[in-house]
Amino acid sequence: MRLVRRGHEPAWLPVAAVAVAVLVTVALSAIPIRLAGANPRAAFERYLLVPLSSTLGLYEVMLTATPLLFTGIAVAIAFRAGYWNIGAEGQFLMGAVGTTAVALNAPDLPSWAALPLGFVAGGLGGLAWAWLPAWLKRRGAIDEVVTTLLLNPVALLVVQGLLNGPWRNSETGFTDSDRFGAGYDLPPLISGSRVHWGFGVAVVIVVITWFVFTKTAVGMQIRASGQAPDAAKFSGIPVARLRFRSALVSGAVAGAGGASQVMGVQHQLTQGISNNYGYTGIIVATLAALSPVGVVLVAVLLADIAVGAENVSLVLQVPTQLGAIFAALLLLTVLSAMELRHYRLARSGRRRHGATPVSAEEAS
Amino acid sequence: MTPTRPLLELSGITKRFGDLVANDAVSLSVASGEVVAMLGENGAGKSTLMKIVYGLVRPDGGTITMDGRPLDISSPRDAMAAGIGMVTQEFSLVETMTVTENVALSSVGLGRVDVRAARQRVVDAMDRVGVQIEPERLISTLSIGERQRVEIVKALFHECRVLILDEPTAVLTPQDVRALFETVQRLRRTGLGVLFVSHKLREVAEISDRVVVLRRGSLVGERATAEVTTHELASLMMGGTAPEEDVASAVGLPVAEVPEEAPVAPREGAGTAERRPVLILTDVTLERPGRPALDHLTFEVRPGEIVGLAGISGNGQTELMNVLGGVELPTSGRVEVDGAAVTRLDVRGRLDAGLGRLTEDRRGSVVPQLSVEHNLVLEDLPSFTRRGMLDKAAIRAHAEEVIRRFDIRATPTDPVSSLSGGNMQKVLLARALSRRPKVLVAAQPTRGLDVGAYRYVHEQLHELRDTGAGVLVISEDLDELRSLCDRILVLFRGAITGGLPVAEATSERLGAMMTGESVEV
Amino acid sequence: MSINVLALLSAMLTIATPLVWAGIGELIVEKTGVLNLGIEGTMYLGAFIGFLVALRSGSPWLGLIAAIGGGVVAGLLMGLLTVTLGLNQHVSGLGVTLLLIAACEFAFRLLYTGARPTLEDKFQVLLPDVPVLDQHWLTYVAFLVLAPAAWWVLRATGMGYRLQAVGENFEAADVAGISVTATRYVALMVGGALMAIGGAFLTLAVLGNFTLDIINGRGWVCIALVIFAKWRVWPVVLGALIFAGTDALQLQLAITKTFSDIPRELMLALPYLAVIAALAVWGRKVHYPASYLQAYRRG
Repeated sequence: MRLVRRGHEPAWLPVAAVAVAVLVTVALSAIPIRLAGANPRAAFERYLLVPLSSTLGLYEVMLTATPLLFTGIAVAIAFRAGYWNIGAEGQFLMGAVGTTAVALNAPDLPSWAALPLGFVAGGLGGLAWAWLPAWLKRRGAIDEVVTTLLLNPVALLVVQGLLNGPWRNSETGFTDSDRFGAGYDLPPLISGSRVHWGFGVAVVIVVITWFVFTKTAVGMQIRASGQAPDAAKFSGIPVARLRFRSALVSGAVAGAGGASQVMGVQHQLTQGISNNYGYTGIIVATLAALSPVGVVLVAVLLADIAVGAENVSLVLQVPTQLGAIFAALLLLTVLSAMELRHYRLARSGRRRHGATPVSAEEAS
Repeated sequence: MTPTRPLLELSGITKRFGDLVANDAVSLSVASGEVVAMLGENGAGKSTLMKIVYGLVRPDGGTITMDGRPLDISSPRDAMAAGIGMVTQEFSLVETMTVTENVALSSVGLGRVDVRAARQRVVDAMDRVGVQIEPERLISTLSIGERQRVEIVKALFHECRVLILDEPTAVLTPQDVRALFETVQRLRRTGLGVLFVSHKLREVAEISDRVVVLRRGSLVGERATAEVTTHELASLMMGGTAPEEDVASAVGLPVAEVPEEAPVAPREGAGTAERRPVLILTDVTLERPGRPALDHLTFEVRPGEIVGLAGISGNGQTELMNVLGGVELPTSGRVEVDGAAVTRLDVRGRLDAGLGRLTEDRRGSVVPQLSVEHNLVLEDLPSFTRRGMLDKAAIRAHAEEVIRRFDIRATPTDPVSSLSGGNMQKVLLARALSRRPKVLVAAQPTRGLDVGAYRYVHEQLHELRDTGAGVLVISEDLDELRSLCDRILVLFRGAITGGLPVAEATSERLGAMMTGESVEV
Repeated sequence: MSINVLALLSAMLTIATPLVWAGIGELIVEKTGVLNLGIEGTMYLGAFIGFLVALRSGSPWLGLIAAIGGGVVAGLLMGLLTVTLGLNQHVSGLGVTLLLIAACEFAFRLLYTGARPTLEDKFQVLLPDVPVLDQHWLTYVAFLVLAPAAWWVLRATGMGYRLQAVGENFEAADVAGISVTATRYVALMVGGALMAIGGAFLTLAVLGNFTLDIINGRGWVCIALVIFAKWRVWPVVLGALIFAGTDALQLQLAITKTFSDIPRELMLALPYLAVIAALAVWGRKVHYPASYLQAYRRG
């Protein structure tokens, strides 16, 4: 048997490929669940269904999805333009730093000023961090994969340096910042829940992105720049400029995610402010096939599993990392299945070794 | 000269890609000391067949034998072991490695390489072929002709008995072609079988003992070269149904040799001389390391004329296209479109100044995943946008009108990637023409098209000229230029070596200019 | 102010060791045109498996062998994704890193809740009484065997020719009868093994225990070093030594209290910033392997 590239592919094929990938992911994640001594069936019920079956669980899912919405859409914006921004992690962190800088220097602002300022500072932090690789790409054609990636650990070191130095907690002496003033607390989006207005901001950004991608000339130019840069250039589309700007917008959106996280959840800067959100954003955007609607669906799915994983770790003693395992497996299996769908199995036509003649009947 | 015994034999080779039959039960043989030419248009299935013989593509059926022994070739290594050597169309050399390293690449094991012994073997091999290149030079420092010689040495480095040359002359200067032919003759005398793949009739007639003709994947004829006329080969290649002059011009046969068809007379040209040129290049220079790619290039195109730019590829055509299109800025000089200087303008500015373009690289000019209607407006988005928003109704209406007018076989929402080459060229032509350009620059506008599409493109270009626009056609194909243009300029090493009205543009005179002999206009 | 130069040099060699192992591993992979961003996860896997097996069996040797096995498997996984399936290399690499780290953390949490196990028998330094030379055998091998061997293989052997040919022009390699697939798989497996050894060195030789932040970006440092070295062996070693030197110096300064207000984080950020600065200065002159980030498909 061997793989042969398909001539035509039926419309249901991509759907089937994703379905198969999900099944494979579930089957593979059942192994660590078993190893942890839990029943995979019961565990998956808790991973997938329990969080969504109660209002409280739903709120937790929304809360957990919020940073992933920011980083997912940020990565999608850059990838759409053909700019491989692997640096959402660092941009998210620097967004948190930007917000913290404002919050620590102007602690007493009223919330009508503090919240917009916090988001702007966060966005600028992320944008600033995205600027250097984007500029190097535009000026010197320097590959952005490596530069954006390498700035992630640097951003974490910046956070650590600040928390070990000037921003060390003045009361406890621990390596996290002072608590922000009350003006910087993002109000709950749904009263009585932890879901904060960061979720609302993220959804607004997703909707705007969807609108730009599908309805505007700029959106079409971005798409052309990402899919066929030479043809786009030939048609007079300023590919380099669009990529540069998309990279900056991407950084700003990731930075706004950092702002949302410090103002909505932690209310102070901590070393663990980004729980791999930037890297997970790459998973989200890729699984979403870079579509804004897809970003929402995938972010909610991964958040659902993450919340479920917390729950399962308490009840069934399966470590919470199962959520991360599931997300990474899903990424790899979906990508693989979407590639494999271009092929079909055929009976092997030719023998690999030996000098046997190949007849047309045997080969067909 | 007479073939002795069949060496390599292919029989019933079949290969399908989806619905496309690239090779349909093709059989042919090459004997020791014989040069067999395989002739066919672009897309006739020649390259696929060669890749099958060399183990780069697996056939769906058929057998390959050497000396009557069946072979199972599933990789180039198998082919080499069986005594088959190939020089691919795009060279297969590692630029960062030396000549020796490249030649030895296919025979090194995993362990230590004895560089000195390898170098000696390479030098010996070069002596046998009659090639002299310093074995320690990096490939990146070699000229195109030298690289091809390294390729031949590489192919012959093993106990090679059949050498395949896939379109070997496409990138060569006339001098290099001459040297190549001498090498081939020399090798033939040593008993090597040569399979010479080409779409150029003249070369085939000169070099081969026997010709096989491939059309749409099938073998349609096999003749001894001495006993066949080029016209017969041409109609075999084209299918024999098309009018003779189309056949002739489409396959690169000089139109002048078709008795009843004289060269197209120069057009009336009334008043064109007095009217302001629509395209003027003045001293356009584009510096490149070593030698300028464009060297004080100066010429003009007037409204209502089609100017051909002939020349062997690699003499600045690509760079000229980039400079004209605004993809690259010239080092110095001046470009004017319809009286306005566009030298420093980007693509957008040039389009707005009235420049239209049709490039050689069709697939590189469209966004494959976007629909036909979106590709059609890609160069003119501002006209189809209202306050930044795409005007969907206008885009659809435009696409429907263009599809009707240009007879494109597609719906507005089909992705362009699903279109045939001819339809894709129609989309590009429609996109360029619907902006009503003052001057259209077209590079190899008919390459790889079937006869119908070929005629269609020529008609459209003539129609555009008759509406008063200027057209510049860049092509390697003299016969296409002679049937299409009003006057022909020749590009050599980035400069114009001369120009002739089409009536005076004989192949001989053009040929002389293409190798650098200056002729007064 | 007193800086103990000998202690500094000794620390520098130890800190550089995992970077040399994994950096040369990444170099070999990248020579074939594959960017293996799975390196961070592969080092993590090596550190964890090495520790786990050594703890269970009582033998650091078995731990090392298991780590090598794990690294080979990680390389195979990268090969499946980027060579056989031809998927986007950076997304696949990040996916592999995230998967491996999550899986190891999962296993560690599952096996050792609360407890902090330590190896009873870890690799001991050779020549404990000789300053500077008081290094682990893996350090000696890294500098005296691995680096010269890698240099020689890349420069003078058929294997080296193959790696370079695949990385620079895979069509040419294919036409020359060199299997692009096999070459890339071999590079990924060998590279994966070296990365895993680099990780295992930390648990089996230096620390004797496993912590969740054990690799802490060292894989990304290696990515930086390989580019900084322009894909050459000795500059990778040199870069590792410079990075380790600044880190060791910083530790010394912290001890001597003289310069303790120089932020350690700034020192740690230096290798990344140095690479970005170098890329900015070299600009277009950096010659990446020509088939970098590309999948090979015949036909």
